[in-house]
Amino acid sequence: MHHNRWFKFGLLMGPFVLMVLVVCMVVTLGWAAWPSVAEVGLGFYVTDVWDPVHDVYGGAVFIWGSLLTTGLAILLAAPVSFAIALFTGYYFCNGVLALVAQWVLDLLASVPSVIFGFWGLMVLVPMIRLMETHLGVPPYGVGLFSAAMVLAFMMMPLMASLLRDIMLTVPADLKEGALALGATSFEVVKHVVWPHTLPGMVSAIMLGVGRAIGETMAVTMVIGNANHWPTHLFDPSNTIASLIASDFGETSDPLVISHLIHLGLVLLLLSLVTGFLGRRLVRMTRA
Amino acid sequence: MRDDRLSQRILIDRTLKGLLVGVALIVALVLMSIIWFVASRGIGAINWTFLTSLQGSPGASNVGIVNAILGTVMVAGLTTLVVIPFGIWCGIAMAEYPHHPLIRWAMMGIDALQSIPSILFGILAYLWIVVPMGHFSSLSGSVALAFIMLPMVVRSVEESVKQVPLTLREASLALGVSPTRTIMKVVIPCGLNGIVTGALLGLGRIVGETAPLLFTAFGSPFLVASVLEPVQTMPLLIYNYATSPYPDWQQMGWGASFILLVFCFILGLTTRFLVRK
Repeated sequence: MHHNRWFKFGLLMGPFVLMVLVVCMVVTLGWAAWPSVAEVGLGFYVTDVWDPVHDVYGGAVFIWGSLLTTGLAILLAAPVSFAIALFTGYYFCNGVLALVAQWVLDLLASVPSVIFGFWGLMVLVPMIRLMETHLGVPPYGVGLFSAAMVLAFMMMPLMASLLRDIMLTVPADLKEGALALGATSFEVVKHVVWPHTLPGMVSAIMLGVGRAIGETMAVTMVIGNANHWPTHLFDPSNTIASLIASDFGETSDPLVISHLIHLGLVLLLLSLVTGFLGRRLVRMTRA
Repeated sequence: MRDDRLSQRILIDRTLKGLLVGVALIVALVLMSIIWFVASRGIGAINWTFLTSLQGSPGASNVGIVNAILGTVMVAGLTTLVVIPFGIWCGIAMAEYPHHPLIRWAMMGIDALQSIPSILFGILAYLWIVVPMGHFSSLSGSVALAFIMLPMVVRSVEESVKQVPLTLREASLALGVSPTRTIMKVVIPCGLNGIVTGALLGLGRIVGETAPLLFTAFGSPFLVASVLEPVQTMPLLIYNYATSPYPDWQQMGWGASFILLVFCFILGLTTRFLVRK
């Protein structure tokens, strides 16, 4: 019996070490961000200048840049993901077509983000540049909209798979009952499938946001890395993750590194909140 | 009057179904175009010299990617070696004592690890290892990747261990086998499938990770034998070539992307196969 107690103790040490590690992470980041917090304080969140030449550092542009690209990407991805999920989880839920579609979605979910970025830079950006010339805005190609598009494509496989799983759990009785009462397929979607999927939609969006807001490589390759407010949809801008990727290795000034980690802490907070909510909701809707 | 309404409803139904199929097909085509571009541009770049030579210096012909391939094997290999045992350890603990207060907290820890953006793990590995050591190293890259891989392995082990039938455990316990031996000899072998799946899923994720390696593994044009030196990896190489202005470098980027993508797909397919089994 003694032996077993030691085994349990040993087994529990693993998760304990894991928790200590997570706590250490937050403490380390907080510690490293402290010089920045002490130096600029809350002004950091309203200063919209990032100027290494004049030593003025503010985070507002990047925080809003992250929120804007993510929000825009969700607006693009959510309806389309719902459509794809309806395709694989409702209209064609049995048969070869749905199997192939699901297979493709799974493959796409495993494409590394740097390849998404490469594709965005080489294929999407020239297309958007063409569109911009027609619209009469400066044809940079890279910018807020390009970043949101790439993010949307990256989120779609994940969100569509989640929504499909939920749609497959809609009770067949309800769907068949509605059909038997004379409802058309669309009416079944509207009155049976949609209400059933709604909580799942919220959690899928949360998880999508969690993924998009911290996405670094694909964004940094197509957003243009311009440290100023975007004035319109196609303007080059920057996000927290993308700024860290491009500036963290470039600077040796400890205060700038601290500023970057300060921004990283904001990113951590944003992604923890959305990640926790999303995962909780997924577990609740599955239970 | 009634017929009008019915035909209107049918019209709406058909229009929306058509619209839906259209949207799904367009998106599928766009997404497939990623695979198409990588394959069509990448295959041409791949030949024996490309696979077996080192990266040349800028200006000279940039011949090969072997340093990146071996670098990725080294970084991902070390990560896997560390994460698998620790992941199994934590996963089993979480499955065995789900109501222990410590485990509830650890679950939140796992959730947190899964939510933290990968670039922050890069910063952490930089602060914990690169700064004290004074230089970039493949070890710090492995540490950053380990935090990304760990939660995937833990979750997968936990789920598969929970699915081991209760009757098997009870049979073992009824034979007088101690709980410890039951876990080691019955539960782990039965959950092996899930453990392998988790490892492959995690591996597929980390071989493509770039952001946490930017200021940890950093990149190097040489073959590296020590984990204490900076090392080139496939995603870092793709990033450098993709953002370079030279078409022939970009071509090499497509070639490297193709190899990485094929590797990820093979991992994905193996995982699916294992899950179905």
